[in-house]
Amino acid sequence: MSSEPSRKDACPEECIGMAPDTMGHLMPMYLMIAADGRVMALGPTLAKIIGKDICGQPFEAIFQPRRGWWEVADDAPPDPESLRLGAWRIKAGRRIHLSLRAHPEITLRGSAIARAQDDGVLMNLTFGVHLAQAVRDFALTDDDFAPSDLAMELLYLQEAKELVMGELRALNHRLEQARARAIGEAMTDALTGLANRRAFDTALEQSLESSFAGGAPFALAHLDLDHFKAVNDTLGHAAGDRVLEVVGQILREETRKGDLVARVGGDEFIMLLRGPLDYARISKMGERIIARLEEPVPFEGQECRISGSIGVVLSMNYLRPDAQGMLADADAALYNSKREGRARCTIVKQAVMP
Amino acid sequence: MHGLISKSIQCFLNDTYGEDLWMRIAARAGLRRDHIFEPLLHYDDSVTEAVVVAALGELGRTRDVLFEDLGTFLASREALRRLLRFGGGDYLDFLLSLEELPGRGCLTLPDLDLPGLTLCDGGAGHFLLLVESAVADWTPVMAGLLRAMADDYGALVLIETVDDGQEVRDKISISLLEARYAEGRRFDLAAAPVSSANLTLTRVG
Repeated sequence: MSSEPSRKDACPEECIGMAPDTMGHLMPMYLMIAADGRVMALGPTLAKIIGKDICGQPFEAIFQPRRGWWEVADDAPPDPESLRLGAWRIKAGRRIHLSLRAHPEITLRGSAIARAQDDGVLMNLTFGVHLAQAVRDFALTDDDFAPSDLAMELLYLQEAKELVMGELRALNHRLEQARARAIGEAMTDALTGLANRRAFDTALEQSLESSFAGGAPFALAHLDLDHFKAVNDTLGHAAGDRVLEVVGQILREETRKGDLVARVGGDEFIMLLRGPLDYARISKMGERIIARLEEPVPFEGQECRISGSIGVVLSMNYLRPDAQGMLADADAALYNSKREGRARCTIVKQAVMP
Repeated sequence: MHGLISKSIQCFLNDTYGEDLWMRIAARAGLRRDHIFEPLLHYDDSVTEAVVVAALGELGRTRDVLFEDLGTFLASREALRRLLRFGGGDYLDFLLSLEELPGRGCLTLPDLDLPGLTLCDGGAGHFLLLVESAVADWTPVMAGLLRAMADDYGALVLIETVDDGQEVRDKISISLLEARYAEGRRFDLAAAPVSSANLTLTRVG
Protein backbone atom coordinates (compact mmCIF):
# COMPACT_ATOMS: atom_id res chain seq x y z
CA MET A 1 0.00 0.00 0.00
CA SER A 2 2.90 2.35 0.65
CA SER A 3 4.68 3.88 -2.31
CA GLU A 4 8.35 3.32 -1.98
CA PRO A 5 10.48 6.28 -3.01
CA SER A 6 12.52 4.05 -5.31
CA ARG A 7 9.44 3.38 -7.41
CA LYS A 8 9.12 7.05 -8.26
CA ASP A 9 11.33 6.70 -11.31
CA ALA A 10 9.12 4.00 -12.79
CA CYS A 11 5.99 6.07 -12.24
CA PRO A 12 5.12 8.93 -14.59
CA GLU A 13 5.11 12.20 -12.75
CA GLU A 14 1.54 12.98 -13.74
CA CYS A 15 0.31 10.10 -11.65
CA ILE A 16 0.73 12.17 -8.56
CA GLY A 17 -0.88 15.12 -10.24
CA MET A 18 -3.83 13.13 -11.60
CA ALA A 19 -7.42 14.28 -11.44
CA PRO A 20 -8.71 14.23 -7.83
CA ASP A 21 -11.63 11.93 -8.77
CA THR A 22 -9.28 9.36 -10.23
CA MET A 23 -7.03 9.53 -7.25
CA GLY A 24 -10.04 9.34 -4.92
CA HIS A 25 -11.19 6.21 -6.70
CA LEU A 26 -7.88 4.47 -6.19
CA MET A 27 -7.24 5.92 -2.74
CA PRO A 28 -10.52 7.03 -1.13
CA MET A 29 -8.56 8.01 1.97
CA TYR A 30 -5.74 10.02 0.46
CA LEU A 31 -4.68 13.26 2.10
CA MET A 32 -2.60 15.94 0.44
CA ILE A 33 -0.82 18.36 2.75
CA ALA A 34 1.26 21.38 1.73
CA ALA A 35 4.70 21.98 3.22
CA ASP A 36 3.22 24.65 5.47
CA GLY A 37 0.95 22.01 7.03
CA ARG A 38 -2.31 23.06 5.37
CA VAL A 39 -4.66 20.47 3.91
CA MET A 40 -4.71 20.76 0.10
CA ALA A 41 -7.05 17.93 -0.88
CA LEU A 42 -8.52 14.73 0.49
CA GLY A 43 -10.22 11.57 -0.74
CA PRO A 44 -14.01 11.05 -0.65
CA THR A 45 -14.06 8.62 2.29
CA LEU A 46 -11.89 10.87 4.40
CA ALA A 47 -14.12 13.80 3.39
CA LYS A 48 -17.14 11.77 4.47
CA ILE A 49 -15.84 11.37 7.98
CA ILE A 50 -14.20 14.75 8.61
CA GLY A 51 -15.95 17.06 6.14
CA LYS A 52 -15.00 18.47 2.74
CA ASP A 53 -14.52 22.03 3.96
CA ILE A 54 -11.26 21.38 5.76
CA CYS A 55 -9.12 22.31 2.75
CA GLY A 56 -6.88 25.21 3.68
CA GLN A 57 -6.95 24.42 7.38
CA PRO A 58 -3.83 23.26 9.22
CA PHE A 59 -3.91 19.45 9.31
CA GLU A 60 -3.19 19.58 13.04
CA ALA A 61 -6.63 21.08 13.63
CA ILE A 62 -8.17 17.81 12.45
CA PHE A 63 -5.53 15.18 13.11
CA GLN A 64 -3.41 14.36 16.10
CA PRO A 65 0.01 13.07 14.97
CA ARG A 66 0.88 9.77 16.67
CA ARG A 67 3.66 7.34 15.91
CA GLY A 68 6.15 8.21 13.17
CA TRP A 69 5.88 12.00 13.55
CA TRP A 70 8.24 14.43 15.21
CA GLU A 71 8.09 18.16 15.78
CA VAL A 72 10.99 20.52 14.99
CA ALA A 73 11.73 24.08 16.03
CA ASP A 74 11.13 26.92 13.53
CA ASP A 75 14.84 27.59 13.13
CA ALA A 76 15.82 23.95 12.62
CA PRO A 77 18.06 23.39 9.59
CA PRO A 78 16.31 21.82 6.57
CA ASP A 79 16.49 18.02 6.51
CA PRO A 80 16.33 16.53 3.00
CA GLU A 81 15.71 13.08 4.51
CA SER A 82 12.28 13.94 5.88
CA LEU A 83 9.00 15.40 4.63
CA ARG A 84 7.90 18.77 6.01
CA LEU A 85 4.32 19.43 7.18
CA GLY A 86 4.42 22.73 9.05
CA ALA A 87 6.27 22.11 12.32
CA TRP A 88 5.98 18.33 11.87
CA ARG A 89 8.26 15.91 10.07
CA ILE A 90 7.76 12.36 8.84
CA LYS A 91 9.87 9.94 6.85
CA ALA A 92 8.81 9.24 3.27
CA GLY A 93 7.45 5.74 2.75
CA ARG A 94 7.52 4.89 6.45
CA ARG A 95 4.49 3.78 8.41
CA ILE A 96 2.82 6.63 10.29
CA HIS A 97 -0.17 6.83 12.62
CA LEU A 98 -2.51 9.69 13.31
CA SER A 99 -5.83 9.92 15.09
CA LEU A 100 -8.90 12.02 14.43
CA ARG A 101 -9.28 14.84 16.93
CA ALA A 102 -13.06 14.44 16.82
CA HIS A 103 -12.72 10.65 17.36
CA PRO A 104 -9.51 10.10 19.31
CA GLU A 105 -10.28 6.38 19.64
CA ILE A 106 -9.92 5.89 15.89
CA THR A 107 -6.32 5.77 14.75
CA LEU A 108 -5.51 5.88 11.05
CA ARG A 109 -2.45 4.25 9.59
CA GLY A 110 -0.65 5.03 6.38
CA SER A 111 2.41 6.35 4.67
CA ALA A 112 3.34 9.43 2.69
CA ILE A 113 5.49 10.42 -0.27
CA ALA A 114 6.69 13.77 -1.53
CA ARG A 115 4.69 15.30 -4.38
CA ALA A 116 6.75 15.66 -7.51
CA GLN A 117 5.41 19.04 -8.61
CA ASP A 118 5.75 20.98 -5.34
CA ASP A 119 7.09 20.30 -1.85
CA GLY A 120 3.73 19.05 -0.57
CA VAL A 121 3.03 15.55 0.70
CA LEU A 122 0.66 12.84 -0.54
CA MET A 123 -0.53 10.47 2.14
CA ASN A 124 -2.62 7.30 1.85
CA LEU A 125 -4.49 6.22 4.96
CA THR A 126 -6.44 3.21 6.22
CA PHE A 127 -8.49 2.38 9.31
CA GLY A 128 -6.40 -0.64 10.23
CA VAL A 129 -7.83 -2.52 13.21
CA HIS A 130 -10.40 0.24 13.83
CA LEU A 131 -12.17 -0.66 10.60
CA ALA A 132 -15.35 -2.12 12.10
CA GLN A 133 -15.79 0.77 14.50
CA ALA A 134 -15.22 3.31 11.74
CA VAL A 135 -17.74 1.54 9.50
CA ARG A 136 -20.28 1.73 12.32
CA ASP A 137 -19.52 5.28 13.47
CA PHE A 138 -19.41 6.80 9.99
CA ALA A 139 -21.98 4.53 8.28
CA LEU A 140 -19.47 3.55 5.62
CA THR A 141 -20.49 1.36 2.70
CA ASP A 142 -18.83 -0.88 0.13
CA ASP A 143 -18.39 2.17 -2.13
CA ASP A 144 -16.28 3.98 0.45
CA PHE A 145 -13.46 1.51 0.01
CA ALA A 146 -11.19 0.97 -2.96
CA PRO A 147 -12.06 -2.24 -4.82
CA SER A 148 -8.56 -3.49 -4.03
CA ASP A 149 -9.05 -2.85 -0.31
CA LEU A 150 -9.42 -5.93 1.92
CA ALA A 151 -11.92 -4.07 4.11
CA MET A 152 -14.86 -6.21 2.94
CA GLU A 153 -12.97 -9.42 3.65
CA LEU A 154 -12.00 -8.16 7.09
CA LEU A 155 -15.57 -7.17 7.96
CA TYR A 156 -16.84 -10.46 6.59
CA LEU A 157 -14.30 -12.41 8.62
CA GLN A 158 -15.04 -10.49 11.78
CA GLU A 159 -18.74 -11.23 11.46
CA ALA A 160 -18.21 -14.86 10.45
CA LYS A 161 -15.77 -15.36 13.31
CA GLU A 162 -18.30 -13.93 15.75
CA LEU A 163 -20.90 -16.41 14.50
CA VAL A 164 -18.55 -19.37 14.75
CA MET A 165 -17.56 -18.27 18.25
CA GLY A 166 -21.24 -18.08 19.15
CA GLU A 167 -21.73 -21.63 17.90
CA LEU A 168 -18.69 -22.76 19.84
CA ARG A 169 -19.96 -21.14 23.01
CA ALA A 170 -23.34 -22.78 22.51
CA LEU A 171 -21.71 -26.15 21.84
CA ASN A 172 -19.55 -25.84 24.95
CA HIS A 173 -22.60 -24.93 26.98
CA ARG A 174 -24.51 -27.97 25.74
CA LEU A 175 -21.53 -30.26 26.32
CA GLU A 176 -21.07 -28.87 29.83
CA GLN A 177 -24.74 -29.46 30.62
CA ALA A 178 -24.56 -32.98 29.24
CA ARG A 179 -21.40 -33.63 31.24
CA ALA A 180 -22.97 -32.35 34.46
CA ARG A 181 -26.05 -34.50 33.81
CA ALA A 182 -23.93 -37.58 33.11
CA ILE A 183 -21.87 -37.05 36.24
CA GLY A 184 -25.04 -36.49 38.27
CA GLU A 185 -26.57 -39.68 36.92
CA ALA A 186 -23.39 -41.65 37.52
CA MET A 187 -23.17 -40.44 41.12
CA THR A 188 -26.82 -40.67 42.15
CA ASP A 189 -29.00 -43.48 43.41
CA ALA A 190 -31.97 -43.30 41.08
CA LEU A 191 -34.63 -44.37 43.62
CA THR A 192 -33.80 -42.11 46.56
CA GLY A 193 -31.89 -39.32 44.81
CA LEU A 194 -29.13 -39.82 47.40
CA ALA A 195 -25.48 -40.21 46.45
CA ASN A 196 -24.47 -43.71 45.36
CA ARG A 197 -21.50 -45.81 46.41
CA ARG A 198 -19.22 -44.25 43.80
CA ALA A 199 -20.06 -40.72 44.90
CA PHE A 200 -19.60 -41.72 48.53
CA ASP A 201 -16.16 -43.27 47.89
CA THR A 202 -15.04 -40.11 46.09
CA ALA A 203 -16.33 -37.87 48.88
CA LEU A 204 -14.70 -40.05 51.56
CA GLU A 205 -11.33 -39.90 49.76
CA GLN A 206 -11.63 -36.13 49.58
CA SER A 207 -12.46 -35.87 53.29
CA LEU A 208 -9.51 -38.12 54.17
CA GLU A 209 -7.14 -36.05 52.04
CA SER A 210 -8.49 -32.90 53.59
CA SER A 211 -8.03 -34.23 57.14
CA PHE A 212 -4.44 -35.28 56.33
CA ALA A 213 -3.82 -31.77 55.17
CA GLY A 214 -4.99 -30.45 58.52
CA GLY A 215 -8.56 -29.88 57.41
CA ALA A 216 -11.74 -30.53 59.39
CA PRO A 217 -12.38 -33.94 61.00
CA PHE A 218 -15.43 -35.90 59.93
CA ALA A 219 -17.56 -38.84 60.99
CA LEU A 220 -18.96 -41.86 59.21
CA ALA A 221 -22.42 -43.04 60.27
CA HIS A 222 -23.38 -46.43 58.89
CA LEU A 223 -27.12 -47.12 58.94
CA ASP A 224 -28.77 -50.46 58.27
CA LEU A 225 -32.57 -50.64 58.25
CA ASP A 226 -34.24 -53.08 60.63
CA HIS A 227 -37.23 -55.16 59.50
CA PHE A 228 -36.93 -53.87 55.95
CA LYS A 229 -36.84 -57.39 54.50
CA ALA A 230 -40.18 -58.10 56.19
CA VAL A 231 -41.77 -55.10 54.47
CA ASN A 232 -40.45 -56.27 51.14
CA ASP A 233 -41.57 -59.85 51.70
CA THR A 234 -45.06 -59.12 53.01
CA LEU A 235 -46.07 -55.91 51.22
CA GLY A 236 -44.01 -56.23 48.06
CA HIS A 237 -41.17 -54.37 46.39
CA ALA A 238 -43.27 -51.28 45.65
CA ALA A 239 -43.82 -50.84 49.39
CA GLY A 240 -40.11 -51.40 49.98
CA ASP A 241 -39.26 -48.76 47.39
CA ARG A 242 -41.66 -46.32 49.03
CA VAL A 243 -39.99 -46.92 52.39
CA LEU A 244 -36.55 -46.33 50.89
CA GLU A 245 -37.74 -43.02 49.42
CA VAL A 246 -39.02 -41.94 52.82
CA VAL A 247 -35.76 -43.00 54.48
CA GLY A 248 -33.84 -40.94 51.92
CA GLN A 249 -36.02 -37.95 52.75
CA ILE A 250 -35.51 -38.38 56.51
CA LEU A 251 -31.73 -38.69 56.19
CA ARG A 252 -31.56 -35.62 54.00
CA GLU A 253 -33.57 -33.63 56.50
CA GLU A 254 -31.65 -34.83 59.57
CA THR A 255 -28.19 -34.11 58.17
CA ARG A 256 -26.57 -30.76 57.54
CA LYS A 257 -25.93 -29.07 54.25
CA GLY A 258 -22.26 -30.03 54.06
CA ASP A 259 -22.95 -33.68 54.89
CA LEU A 260 -23.25 -36.39 52.29
CA VAL A 261 -25.85 -39.15 52.48
CA ALA A 262 -25.34 -42.20 50.30
CA ARG A 263 -27.33 -45.34 49.70
CA VAL A 264 -24.64 -47.99 49.43
CA GLY A 265 -26.68 -51.20 49.43
CA GLY A 266 -30.28 -52.45 49.32
CA ASP A 267 -31.15 -51.05 52.76
CA GLU A 268 -27.75 -49.72 53.78
CA PHE A 269 -26.87 -46.06 54.05
CA ILE A 270 -23.74 -44.16 54.99
CA MET A 271 -23.66 -40.56 56.13
CA LEU A 272 -20.45 -38.61 55.80
CA LEU A 273 -20.81 -35.96 58.49
CA ARG A 274 -18.67 -32.90 58.01
CA GLY A 275 -18.45 -29.71 60.02
CA PRO A 276 -18.20 -29.33 63.83
CA LEU A 277 -18.63 -32.70 65.60
CA ASP A 278 -19.24 -33.85 69.15
CA TYR A 279 -20.54 -37.10 70.58
CA ALA A 280 -23.64 -35.53 72.05
CA ARG A 281 -24.72 -33.98 68.78
CA ILE A 282 -24.09 -37.18 66.82
CA SER A 283 -25.89 -39.23 69.42
CA LYS A 284 -28.92 -36.91 69.31
CA MET A 285 -28.94 -37.03 65.55
CA GLY A 286 -28.85 -40.86 65.64
CA GLU A 287 -31.77 -40.97 68.06
CA ARG A 288 -33.78 -38.54 66.00
CA ILE A 289 -33.19 -40.54 62.82
CA ILE A 290 -34.19 -43.82 64.47
CA ALA A 291 -37.32 -42.23 65.97
CA ARG A 292 -38.38 -40.94 62.59
CA LEU A 293 -37.59 -44.25 60.86
CA GLU A 294 -40.00 -45.90 63.28
CA GLU A 295 -42.89 -43.69 62.22
CA PRO A 296 -45.13 -45.97 60.12
CA VAL A 297 -45.06 -45.32 56.36
CA PRO A 298 -48.54 -45.65 54.83
CA PHE A 299 -48.64 -47.60 51.59
CA GLU A 300 -51.84 -48.59 49.75
CA GLY A 301 -53.89 -48.79 52.91
CA GLN A 302 -51.20 -50.68 54.81
CA GLU A 303 -48.55 -49.49 57.21
CA CYS A 304 -44.88 -50.23 56.74
CA ARG A 305 -42.95 -50.36 59.97
CA ILE A 306 -39.20 -50.38 60.10
CA SER A 307 -36.42 -49.14 62.33
CA GLY A 308 -32.68 -48.71 61.96
CA SER A 309 -29.34 -49.46 63.60
CA ILE A 310 -26.42 -47.10 63.37
CA GLY A 311 -22.68 -47.31 63.92
CA VAL A 312 -20.53 -44.20 63.99
CA VAL A 313 -16.77 -43.62 63.84
CA LEU A 314 -14.92 -40.29 63.97
CA SER A 315 -11.79 -39.50 61.99
CA MET A 316 -10.25 -37.64 64.93
CA ASN A 317 -9.99 -40.94 66.84
CA TYR A 318 -7.53 -42.26 64.27
CA LEU A 319 -3.87 -41.50 64.12
CA ARG A 320 -3.94 -42.07 60.39
CA PRO A 321 -7.55 -42.50 59.31
CA ASP A 322 -8.07 -44.60 56.18
CA ALA A 323 -11.21 -45.50 54.28
CA GLN A 324 -11.03 -49.27 54.76
CA GLY A 325 -10.35 -49.12 58.49
CA MET A 326 -13.01 -46.52 59.22
CA LEU A 327 -15.64 -48.36 57.18
CA ALA A 328 -14.83 -51.66 58.90
CA ASP A 329 -15.05 -50.04 62.33
CA ALA A 330 -18.32 -48.29 61.48
CA ASP A 331 -19.65 -51.63 60.30
CA ALA A 332 -18.55 -53.29 63.55
CA ALA A 333 -20.25 -50.53 65.56
CA LEU A 334 -23.40 -51.00 63.50
CA TYR A 335 -23.44 -54.73 64.29
CA ASN A 336 -22.89 -53.91 67.91
CA SER A 337 -26.15 -51.87 67.75
CA LYS A 338 -27.90 -54.84 66.14
CA ARG A 339 -26.57 -57.24 68.73
CA GLU A 340 -27.74 -55.02 71.55
CA GLY A 341 -31.31 -55.19 70.31
CA ARG A 342 -31.44 -52.97 67.25
CA ALA A 343 -32.90 -49.46 66.94
CA ARG A 344 -29.91 -47.87 68.51
CA CYS A 345 -26.83 -45.85 67.65
CA THR A 346 -23.30 -46.96 68.67
CA ILE A 347 -20.56 -44.36 68.59
CA VAL A 348 -16.95 -45.60 68.79
CA LYS A 349 -15.45 -43.20 71.29
CA GLN A 350 -12.03 -44.57 72.12
CA ALA A 351 -8.99 -43.81 70.03
CA VAL A 352 -8.25 -46.47 67.47
CA MET A 353 -4.60 -47.24 67.00
CA PRO A 354 -4.05 -48.59 63.55
CA MET B 1 -20.49 -34.39 6.31
CA HIS B 2 -20.00 -31.11 8.13
CA GLY B 3 -22.48 -30.74 10.97
CA LEU B 4 -23.33 -27.22 9.80
CA ILE B 5 -24.86 -28.71 6.66
CA SER B 6 -26.67 -31.45 8.56
CA LYS B 7 -27.97 -28.95 11.08
CA SER B 8 -29.05 -26.56 8.32
CA ILE B 9 -31.17 -29.35 6.86
CA GLN B 10 -32.63 -30.07 10.29
CA CYS B 11 -33.40 -26.39 10.93
CA PHE B 12 -34.93 -26.01 7.50
CA LEU B 13 -37.26 -28.97 8.03
CA ASN B 14 -38.09 -28.02 11.61
CA ASP B 15 -38.69 -24.31 10.97
CA THR B 16 -40.51 -24.73 7.67
CA TYR B 17 -42.72 -27.73 8.39
CA GLY B 18 -42.95 -27.69 12.16
CA GLU B 19 -41.61 -29.72 15.02
CA ASP B 20 -44.13 -32.55 14.68
CA LEU B 21 -43.02 -33.25 11.15
CA TRP B 22 -39.38 -33.05 12.15
CA MET B 23 -40.04 -35.64 14.88
CA ARG B 24 -41.63 -37.96 12.32
CA ILE B 25 -38.69 -37.48 9.97
CA ALA B 26 -36.22 -38.11 12.80
CA ALA B 27 -38.06 -41.28 13.82
CA ARG B 28 -38.17 -42.45 10.21
CA ALA B 29 -34.46 -41.74 9.84
CA GLY B 30 -33.72 -43.73 12.99
CA LEU B 31 -32.66 -40.74 15.09
CA ARG B 32 -33.65 -39.96 18.65
CA ARG B 33 -36.59 -37.59 18.94
CA ASP B 34 -34.41 -34.96 20.58
CA HIS B 35 -31.49 -35.42 18.20
CA ILE B 36 -29.74 -32.18 17.34
CA PHE B 37 -26.97 -32.00 14.79
CA GLU B 38 -24.05 -30.05 16.24
CA PRO B 39 -22.98 -27.46 13.66
CA LEU B 40 -19.27 -27.71 14.42
CA LEU B 41 -18.96 -31.48 14.50
CA HIS B 42 -18.90 -33.96 11.64
CA TYR B 43 -21.42 -36.70 10.93
CA ASP B 44 -21.36 -39.69 8.69
CA ASP B 45 -22.95 -38.87 5.32
CA SER B 46 -25.37 -41.76 5.77
CA VAL B 47 -27.01 -40.07 8.79
CA THR B 48 -27.84 -36.92 6.85
CA GLU B 49 -28.88 -38.93 3.81
CA ALA B 50 -31.31 -40.89 5.98
CA VAL B 51 -32.84 -37.59 7.11
CA VAL B 52 -33.18 -36.41 3.51
CA VAL B 53 -34.78 -39.68 2.38
CA ALA B 54 -37.16 -39.59 5.35
CA ALA B 55 -38.08 -35.98 4.58
CA LEU B 56 -38.76 -36.79 0.93
CA GLY B 57 -41.03 -39.61 2.07
CA GLU B 58 -42.90 -37.45 4.57
CA LEU B 59 -43.25 -34.44 2.28
CA GLY B 60 -43.79 -36.25 -1.01
CA ARG B 61 -41.48 -33.89 -2.84
CA THR B 62 -38.77 -34.37 -5.40
CA ARG B 63 -35.22 -34.12 -4.23
CA ASP B 64 -34.51 -31.05 -6.37
CA VAL B 65 -37.49 -29.13 -5.03
CA LEU B 66 -36.53 -29.94 -1.44
CA PHE B 67 -32.98 -28.72 -1.95
CA GLU B 68 -34.06 -25.57 -3.81
CA ASP B 69 -36.27 -24.77 -0.84
CA LEU B 70 -33.30 -25.40 1.44
CA GLY B 71 -31.24 -22.89 -0.57
CA THR B 72 -34.00 -20.30 -0.28
CA PHE B 73 -34.32 -20.97 3.43
CA LEU B 74 -30.58 -20.57 4.01
CA ALA B 75 -30.41 -17.22 2.22
CA SER B 76 -33.31 -15.99 4.34
CA ARG B 77 -31.44 -16.60 7.63
CA GLU B 78 -30.26 -13.16 8.68
CA ALA B 79 -26.75 -14.25 9.69
CA LEU B 80 -26.10 -16.10 6.45
CA ARG B 81 -27.84 -13.46 4.35
CA ARG B 82 -25.46 -10.86 5.79
CA LEU B 83 -22.41 -12.98 5.06
CA LEU B 84 -23.63 -13.43 1.48
CA ARG B 85 -24.28 -9.71 1.09
CA PHE B 86 -20.58 -9.05 1.72
CA GLY B 87 -20.19 -10.45 -1.78
CA GLY B 88 -21.09 -7.17 -3.44
CA GLY B 89 -23.01 -3.92 -3.41
CA ASP B 90 -25.51 -5.05 -6.06
CA TYR B 91 -26.67 -8.34 -7.54
CA LEU B 92 -24.24 -8.15 -10.45
CA ASP B 93 -21.32 -7.68 -8.06
CA PHE B 94 -22.75 -10.51 -6.01
CA LEU B 95 -22.83 -12.80 -9.07
CA LEU B 96 -19.30 -11.83 -10.01
CA SER B 97 -18.11 -12.64 -6.50
CA LEU B 98 -19.70 -16.12 -6.47
CA GLU B 99 -16.43 -17.76 -7.47
CA GLU B 100 -14.96 -16.42 -4.22
CA LEU B 101 -17.76 -17.97 -2.17
CA PRO B 102 -16.00 -21.31 -1.47
CA GLY B 103 -12.89 -19.35 -0.49
CA ARG B 104 -14.92 -17.21 1.88
CA GLY B 105 -16.50 -20.31 3.35
CA CYS B 106 -13.01 -21.73 3.82
CA LEU B 107 -11.90 -18.54 5.61
CA THR B 108 -14.73 -19.10 8.09
CA LEU B 109 -14.71 -22.88 8.48
CA PRO B 110 -11.70 -24.50 6.80
CA ASP B 111 -13.33 -27.94 6.99
CA LEU B 112 -16.58 -26.85 5.35
CA ASP B 113 -16.55 -28.49 1.93
CA LEU B 114 -18.40 -26.05 -0.33
CA PRO B 115 -18.77 -26.74 -4.06
CA GLY B 116 -16.47 -25.13 -6.59
CA LEU B 117 -18.28 -22.36 -8.46
CA THR B 118 -17.42 -21.05 -11.93
CA LEU B 119 -19.39 -18.20 -13.48
CA CYS B 120 -19.45 -17.91 -17.27
CA ASP B 121 -20.58 -14.55 -18.61
CA GLY B 122 -22.66 -15.08 -21.76
CA GLY B 123 -23.19 -11.36 -22.27
CA ALA B 124 -26.40 -9.29 -22.16
CA GLY B 125 -27.00 -10.25 -18.53
CA HIS B 126 -26.89 -14.00 -19.16
CA PHE B 127 -24.68 -16.15 -16.98
CA LEU B 128 -24.05 -19.82 -16.51
CA LEU B 129 -22.95 -21.01 -13.09
CA LEU B 130 -21.08 -24.29 -12.97
CA VAL B 131 -21.43 -26.07 -9.62
CA GLU B 132 -18.72 -28.66 -9.06
CA SER B 133 -19.14 -31.02 -6.17
CA ALA B 134 -19.33 -34.72 -5.43
CA VAL B 135 -22.71 -33.89 -3.90
CA ALA B 136 -25.10 -33.16 -6.77
CA ASP B 137 -27.65 -31.58 -4.40
CA TRP B 138 -25.55 -28.43 -4.29
CA THR B 139 -26.92 -27.36 -7.69
CA PRO B 140 -30.56 -26.98 -6.57
CA VAL B 141 -29.38 -25.50 -3.25
CA MET B 142 -27.43 -22.83 -5.15
CA ALA B 143 -30.41 -22.17 -7.44
CA GLY B 144 -32.68 -21.57 -4.45
CA LEU B 145 -30.06 -19.44 -2.75
CA LEU B 146 -29.46 -17.30 -5.85
CA ARG B 147 -33.22 -16.74 -6.22
CA ALA B 148 -33.59 -15.64 -2.61
CA MET B 149 -30.58 -13.34 -2.88
CA ALA B 150 -32.09 -11.76 -6.01
CA ASP B 151 -35.09 -10.80 -3.87
CA ASP B 152 -32.76 -9.58 -1.19
CA TYR B 153 -30.96 -7.26 -3.59
CA GLY B 154 -34.22 -6.26 -5.28
CA ALA B 155 -33.05 -7.63 -8.64
CA LEU B 156 -35.28 -9.17 -11.31
CA VAL B 157 -33.59 -12.42 -12.28
CA LEU B 158 -34.57 -15.67 -13.99
CA ILE B 159 -32.81 -18.66 -12.48
CA GLU B 160 -33.08 -22.24 -13.64
CA THR B 161 -31.06 -25.40 -13.31
CA VAL B 162 -30.05 -26.49 -16.81
CA ASP B 163 -31.27 -29.84 -18.08
CA ASP B 164 -28.65 -30.70 -20.67
CA GLY B 165 -29.45 -34.37 -20.77
CA GLN B 166 -26.54 -35.33 -18.53
CA GLU B 167 -27.08 -37.48 -15.52
CA VAL B 168 -25.84 -34.86 -13.07
CA ARG B 169 -27.27 -31.39 -13.36
CA ASP B 170 -24.42 -29.08 -12.50
CA LYS B 171 -25.32 -25.87 -14.35
CA ILE B 172 -27.58 -22.99 -13.42
CA SER B 173 -28.66 -20.42 -15.98
CA ILE B 174 -29.01 -16.91 -14.63
CA SER B 175 -30.64 -14.08 -16.60
CA LEU B 176 -30.28 -10.73 -14.92
CA LEU B 177 -33.21 -8.74 -16.33
CA GLU B 178 -32.99 -5.74 -14.04
CA ALA B 179 -30.40 -5.24 -11.30
CA ARG B 180 -32.53 -2.71 -9.40
CA TYR B 181 -36.07 -3.84 -10.03
CA ALA B 182 -37.42 -3.42 -6.52
CA GLU B 183 -36.35 -2.05 -3.20
CA GLY B 184 -34.02 -4.71 -1.80
CA ARG B 185 -33.52 -5.47 1.83
CA ARG B 186 -31.29 -3.20 3.82
CA PHE B 187 -27.68 -4.16 4.42
CA ASP B 188 -25.43 -2.12 6.70
CA LEU B 189 -21.81 -3.13 6.70
CA ALA B 190 -21.71 -2.65 10.45
CA ALA B 191 -23.17 -5.75 12.04
CA ALA B 192 -26.08 -5.66 14.41
CA PRO B 193 -25.25 -6.90 17.90
CA VAL B 194 -24.58 -10.61 17.58
CA SER B 195 -24.98 -11.69 21.18
CA SER B 196 -27.72 -14.17 20.39
CA ALA B 197 -26.82 -14.83 16.78
CA ASN B 198 -25.57 -18.14 15.59
CA LEU B 199 -24.82 -19.53 12.20
CA THR B 200 -28.17 -21.16 11.81
CA LEU B 201 -30.39 -18.78 13.81
CA THR B 202 -33.16 -21.07 14.69
CA ARG B 203 -35.29 -22.50 17.43
CA VAL B 204 -33.59 -25.85 17.23
CA GLY B 205 -30.84 -26.31 19.78
